[in-house]
Amino acid sequence: MASLIACPHCGPRPKEEFTVKGDAAIVRPAPDAGEDAWYAYVYLRDNPRGRHKEYWHHTSGCRRWLVVERDTMTHIVYAITDASAPGETA
Amino acid sequence: MRYSAFSVFLNALRGNKGWRPAWRSPVPKNHYDVVIIGGGGHGLATAYYLAKEFGVTNVAVLEKGYIGSGNVGRNTTIIRSNYLLQGNNPFYELSMKLWEGLEQDFNFNAMVSQRGVLNLYHSDAQRDAYTRRGNAMRLHGVDADLLDRNAVRQMLPFLDFDNARFPIQGALMQKRGGTVRHDAVAWGYARGADMRGVDIIQNCEVTGIRRENGRVVGVETSQGFIGCGKLALAAAGNSTTVADMVDMKLPIESHVLQAFVSEGLKPFIDNVVTFGAGHFYVSQSDKGGLVFGGDIDGYNSYAQRGNLATVEHVAEAGVAMIPALSRVRVLRSWGGVMDMSMDGSPIIDRTHIDNLYLNAGWCYGGFKATPASGFCYAHLIARNEPHETGRAFRLDRFARGRMIDEKGVGSQPNLH
Ligand SMILES: Cc1cc2nc3c(=O)[nH]c(=O)nc-3n(C[C@H](O)[C@H](O)[C@H](O)COP(=O)(O)OP(=O)(O)OC[C@H]3O[C@@H](n4cnc5c(N)ncnc54)[C@H](O)[C@@H]3O)c2cc1C
Ligand SMILES: [Zn+2]
Repeated sequence: MASLIACPHCGPRPKEEFTVKGDAAIVRPAPDAGEDAWYAYVYLRDNPRGRHKEYWHHTSGCRRWLVVERDTMTHIVYAITDASAPGETA
Repeated sequence: MRYSAFSVFLNALRGNKGWRPAWRSPVPKNHYDVVIIGGGGHGLATAYYLAKEFGVTNVAVLEKGYIGSGNVGRNTTIIRSNYLLQGNNPFYELSMKLWEGLEQDFNFNAMVSQRGVLNLYHSDAQRDAYTRRGNAMRLHGVDADLLDRNAVRQMLPFLDFDNARFPIQGALMQKRGGTVRHDAVAWGYARGADMRGVDIIQNCEVTGIRRENGRVVGVETSQGFIGCGKLALAAAGNSTTVADMVDMKLPIESHVLQAFVSEGLKPFIDNVVTFGAGHFYVSQSDKGGLVFGGDIDGYNSYAQRGNLATVEHVAEAGVAMIPALSRVRVLRSWGGVMDMSMDGSPIIDRTHIDNLYLNAGWCYGGFKATPASGFCYAHLIARNEPHETGRAFRLDRFARGRMIDEKGVGSQPNLH
């Protein structure tokens, strides 16, 4: 894992400043989507060995939610965007 | 060959030329009654109990690396059965009982050392929580002792009792907890299984699972196709990768956990001690090295290495608990990939496919579970019925709202 995470708002910051929430690909279902959809949302994960998008919170910085795209095998970070940026599921 | 003091003596007289490899390296057969994916502690223990207790001997264990290359050879060797919750406690206590007889049972020295596990507490609230846990343990017939500050001070005088922020008030102790030499567990089970006819096939990666008419018929591997009557997954940190081969999505994330060992020191720490105010725990190996670790790094990872931030954090917590550690040099650190489940508890169950079985979700605590996991899994595979102590570890417990969440943090794997 990279020791520095390039926050789009604060620049490169030490990894310790961030809190990892996890998988950013899961989408919150509609309230009436049914038990299966809610079960999948709360409990099931793709957990890929490779590219993975995650929610990271810049807790000790700007306190924005970010989407970090990285490789779970090599730990290379590909892209970091604000979670509200177009194209991100937020 | 049976190992005994006599066999050591006899072989010494004969120049140690009589020793044979502890298990064979067979060429895989075309078909087995049971194929187990993963030659870690759980896969090997399952094969051992299948052969020894359930009479199922036409079994292969397929391991992509070598025996012991996974978490079974990477953990910090702690065993304990100090669990709070119903589903967990009897299971881990079964494991503890199996540990207590294991070396005689599989005729291998696993250096089972019941040196006692102490969980320190630092506040009234934490004491109350540990009292509750200790009482739950006793109600389940497990040993538990609540120690006050003085009792702990007599055992471990070098702890930072008067830490301004986290003074040590006492500890919950399980005397029967301790450590076991992890490699020897893999080797002992491998040898015991092999002796009873199980084929242990190393350097054999499963790359696909072949199905016909809704049943598994075999696996594609780096050594060709191997047919099977039943298929049992025991791939620990790689559970998702293997389950993906049958389009089964799991309530699991893979995370990295690190461990450390120091230079050899004179006898210093007699027990296993966990810090109640930070992520740190430690014991001392028979070679003298301090074996210690902390929490998982916190992000999904399949790499068997972690981040420096965690190294620093563990070192800080260690020095906060034992100030004398600031002078100790660390020799090595490494990481292992944890199959973190959504409630922090494991899964031993059937699946949506008739002859496919699942053993996963061991988080950072699956080493102590090795004997009971192997026993319950073997029972499930052989009889198609869960063993009574493993009944709670169902895959559908998440959908049914019957989580076994020791920490009570919800479906957030990096908090378990
Ligand atoms: C640093 C660290 C410290 C720990 N400390 C403790 C502790 O003190 N106490 C405790 O109780 N637990 C501890 N654990 C947890 C414990 O080690 C694991 O929960 C347990 O070992 C997992 O079961 P296993 O032994 O079967 O896993 P593993 O040994 O990882 O076995 C799984 C095997 O499956 C193989 N495999 C995966 N995919 C395939 C495939 N496609 N084909 C063929 N083979 C495959 C892997 O190569 C691996 O050998 C620790 C873990 C780590 C990493
Ligand atoms: Zn920021």
